[in-house]
Amino acid sequence: MTDTDPILRMRNITKAFSGVRALDDVSIEVARGEVHAICGENGAGKSTLMKVLSGVYPHGAYSGTIELNGTEATFADINSSEAAGIVIIHQELALNPLQSIAENIFLGNERSKRGVINWDRTAIEAGALLAKVGLDENPATKIYEIGVGKQQLVEIAKAMAKDVSLLILDEPTAALNDEDSNHLLDLISGMRDHGITCILISHKLREIRRIADRVTVLRDGKTIETIDMSSPDASEARIIKAMVGRELNNLFPPHEPRIGREMFRVEDWTVHHPVDTSRVVVDHAGFTVHAGEIVGFAGLMGAGRTELAMSLFGRLWGTGISGRVFKDGLEIRTATVDEAVSHGIAYVTEDRKRYGLNLIGSVAANISAVALARFARWGIIDRNREYLTAEDYRRNMNIKTPTVSEVVGKLSGGNQQKVVLSKWLVSGPDVLILDEPTRGIDVGAKYEIYGLINQLAAQGKAVVMISSELPELLGMCDRIYTISEGAVTGDVPRSEATPESLMYLMTMGKEALR
Amino acid sequence: MSTQTSAEQATEKPIPPRKLALDFRQYGILAALVAIIVLFQVLTGGRLLMPGNVNNLIQQNSYVLILAIGMVMVIIAGHIDLSVGSVVAMVGAVAALAINDWHLPWWLAVLVALLAGALVGAWQGFWVAYVEIPAFIVTLAGMLLFRGLTLIFLHGGTIGGLPSEFVAIGAGWLPSWLGTVGKTDVLTIVLGVIACVALAVLQVGARSGRRALDLPVEGAASFWGKIAVAVVAILAVCWQLANYSGTPIILIILAVLIVAYSFLLNRSVFGRHVYAMGGNLFAAVMSGVKTRRVNFALFVNIGMLAALAGVVSTSRAGSAVASAGQNYELDAIAAVFIGGAAVQGGVGTVTGAVIGGLVMGVLNMGLSILSVDAAWQMAIKGLVLLLAVAFDLTNKRRGGR
Repeated sequence: MTDTDPILRMRNITKAFSGVRALDDVSIEVARGEVHAICGENGAGKSTLMKVLSGVYPHGAYSGTIELNGTEATFADINSSEAAGIVIIHQELALNPLQSIAENIFLGNERSKRGVINWDRTAIEAGALLAKVGLDENPATKIYEIGVGKQQLVEIAKAMAKDVSLLILDEPTAALNDEDSNHLLDLISGMRDHGITCILISHKLREIRRIADRVTVLRDGKTIETIDMSSPDASEARIIKAMVGRELNNLFPPHEPRIGREMFRVEDWTVHHPVDTSRVVVDHAGFTVHAGEIVGFAGLMGAGRTELAMSLFGRLWGTGISGRVFKDGLEIRTATVDEAVSHGIAYVTEDRKRYGLNLIGSVAANISAVALARFARWGIIDRNREYLTAEDYRRNMNIKTPTVSEVVGKLSGGNQQKVVLSKWLVSGPDVLILDEPTRGIDVGAKYEIYGLINQLAAQGKAVVMISSELPELLGMCDRIYTISEGAVTGDVPRSEATPESLMYLMTMGKEALR
Repeated sequence: MSTQTSAEQATEKPIPPRKLALDFRQYGILAALVAIIVLFQVLTGGRLLMPGNVNNLIQQNSYVLILAIGMVMVIIAGHIDLSVGSVVAMVGAVAALAINDWHLPWWLAVLVALLAGALVGAWQGFWVAYVEIPAFIVTLAGMLLFRGLTLIFLHGGTIGGLPSEFVAIGAGWLPSWLGTVGKTDVLTIVLGVIACVALAVLQVGARSGRRALDLPVEGAASFWGKIAVAVVAILAVCWQLANYSGTPIILIILAVLIVAYSFLLNRSVFGRHVYAMGGNLFAAVMSGVKTRRVNFALFVNIGMLAALAGVVSTSRAGSAVASAGQNYELDAIAAVFIGGAAVQGGVGTVTGAVIGGLVMGVLNMGLSILSVDAAWQMAIKGLVLLLAVAFDLTNKRRGGR
C-alpha cells in the first residue's frame, strides 16, 4: 500500500427500499488526503450512500463492495465504521447543549480509567484539539453558550478525538454565516496536514469550487461523473448540468418588476433581547415595501434580520418592542400573530421543520392551518373543501406527493418548503416575509421557488426576502436593504448593488452610519 | 437523516391509485380487542358474553371510558392529567354533600358536581396554560390537593343513602317503554336499529359527498364490509342487553360522548388545533393558534369529564367514599396508549381510547370470571399495556422505513 492508493473504493453499490433503488450501481473512489465533494439534488442518494459507508445500513443490506485502505470492509454498525476511522458529522449537530465542550468532545469516548473520568486529561486533550480546529474557547464552556459556527468546530474536534482518517461532512456550512463558513472551509482544506481525508456533501458550488479537489455528482441514485476541479474544463455550470441533467443558463428566472404604491412601512422599530433585556437587537430599523416589489434583506448571521421579522410578526421574538408599522398608509397593530395575519401579513420561517410544519400532519392539514377559519362554519371544518384546496395548491405549486393526505415529514425539503409557502398563500396575504426561503433545498426546487416568488410579486404582493446568499438577493430583488448590528445600514437598488458594496454595508458597524 | 431517506423514497415512489387505504394501526387495536374477546369467550366456556356480563362490562367500565375520552385529548395536545382519580373522588363527595347536607334535588346536585369539575379544570388549566407549568407537575399537585379536599369534605367517613334517581345514572336502565317480547326488551332493539340506520346513512352521505366532488373514496367492498361488521356488532350487543335488563342509562351517555367528541376532534377547528399543537407546538403558535386558550379549554373539559365520571362512579357505588377513584388516572392513561396515542403527542383518537378502555375492561372481566387472583390481574394488565405500546412502536418504525 502506498500513498497513491485510494483510501476508499466503493464499487457497484446498490441499495433498494421496498423495490425502489435509492442507489443504483454507484462507484466512487476517494484519494488519500483529498477533499472529495459529493453533490446532487435532494433525493439523488447522497445520504443513503453515506449511510452505507458508515454502517447505518450494515453489510448485507446492500450489494457491492467497500474497500478501505485496500482491504474489504464489512461494517455491522456505526461503531465498527468508527473503529476503522470513518466519522460522519451530520447536518443536525449531535451535541448536548447542557454539557461542556470538553464533555461533548469525549462523549462515548471518555478519558477514563475503570469508569472514572480523568478530568485533567480531558481538559488538556480538549484544549489541544480546540487549538487544532482553531477554536478559542475554554473547554469548560457549555455548548449552548457558543454559536452554531463554533459548535460545528466542536463536532470536528470530537471526530479528531476518535482518530478519524476519513471525515464525512454533511452540509457543514448550511447554518453558518459567511465568516464562520470561511473559517470552516479553511479548516477542512487543511485537514490533509493532520492525515485526514474529507468527504464533503454540499449544495453550495461556491465552496466546492473553493476547497474540493474532486467532485462526484450523483443523480437519481447513479454516479454521473467525477470531475477533477483542477482540470481546465471544470466549472460550476458543468457541475450543475451533471446534477440536474440540463443546462441552467439562468439560475434565476426573469422578473419584470411592476412596482406600485407603497404597501408596507416600518418606522423606528426597536427590539430588545428577551433574556438580556438591556441588549438592543433591532435598532431603530425602518423600511418600506411597495406592491409588486421584491425587497431583500442582507445581513450576516446575528445581524438581527430574523429577529426583526419575528418581532414584526405577532411579537414572536423579543421584549421592549417599540416602533410603528403601516399598511397601505394606515398604522396597524401586529402584536399577535392573529392581528398580523388579519392585516394580510405572512411570515414564512427560516426553520420549516421547527417552526413551519406539523411534520406528522398531512399535507392538507398543514396547508389549511393558518386559514382554517376559511374552511369552517360554526367551528366545523368542511374537509372536502379543505382537500380540494390543498389539491389545487399541490398542482399549482408542483408539490411532489402521492396525495395531499400524505404526511408532510415524508416529503423532500423542497416540497416541504412549497407546503409552508402554500399554507401562507391560502391566508391571502398582501405582504410576504420570506425568511431564507431556499435554505437546504436543491437547485431544481430553488428555481421553482424563485419562479413562485416572481409570480407573487407579479400579482401585486409586496415581498420581503431575507437571505444569507448574496447571489440569490442580487438575482431576485428589486432593492436590497443591508442590516448590521440590528440597524439598517443601506438601501440599494438592484442596478447599483454588487456583492462587494453590499458586503461593505453589511459589515460596516452602525457607528459608521451616524 | 431518517427523514432524508424517506424523502428520497417519497420522490421516487410511484403514485398509488387514488383510493383511501385502510389504516392498519387503527384496526390493529380493534383486532386485538376481538382477539381478546374470543380468547376469553373460549377460556370461560362462553360465559364472557352472557347478557349479564355484557351489561356489566359497560356499566363497570363507563368511568374509564369517560375519563379516557378527556385524557386522549389532553395527551394528543402533549400533556397528561394525573389528577382525574382524585377529582372523581372529590366530585363524588361534592355531589353527595349537595344531596344529603344541602338537600338539593338530585339533578341540581349533578349540575353542581359538573360545575365543581369545571372549576377544578379551570384551576389546573390556569397553571398549565397561563403560568406554563408542565401539566405533569400541576396535575401531580392536583392529585394530592383534591384527594386531600375529599378527605376534608367527607371528614374521613362516607356519605350514603343517595336517592334512587341518582343511583340510576350509573346503575340503572331505561324503562321498557315499548314493552317486552318474551324476556326481550323492545326499546333496546329499536335503539340499536336506529343507531345502525343512522350510521349507514351518515357514512353513505359522506361517501357520495366526496364522490360528487371527485375526491378519492374507499373501495365499495371494504366500505360496505365495515358497515356490515359494525351493524352486526351493534345489534349483537343490543340483543344481549335486551335479554338482560334493557339499555343501561350510562350507555346512552357514553354513546353521546363518543360521537360528540369524535366529531369535535375530527371535524372542528378546535380539534384540529389540538392535533396541530401536539404535532409541532412552535408551528401552531406561528400559524396563529391561540395555544393558551386551547390548553385552558382542554383542562376545563377533562375536569368536567372527570366530574361526570365521579357522578357515575358515586351513583354506581351508592355512596361517596374518600378512597373512590384510586388509580383511575392510570386506567385512563393506559386505555389511551393501548388505543394508539403517541407519547410525544399529536396522535390519538377517541375511538382508539374507547377501544383501549374496553381491552382493559374485557381483560378484567375475563380474568375475574376465571377467578384469577387480583394480584395476577394487575400484573397481567401491566404487561398488556407494555406489549401494546411496544407493538405499536415497532409497527410505526417498520412503517417509517
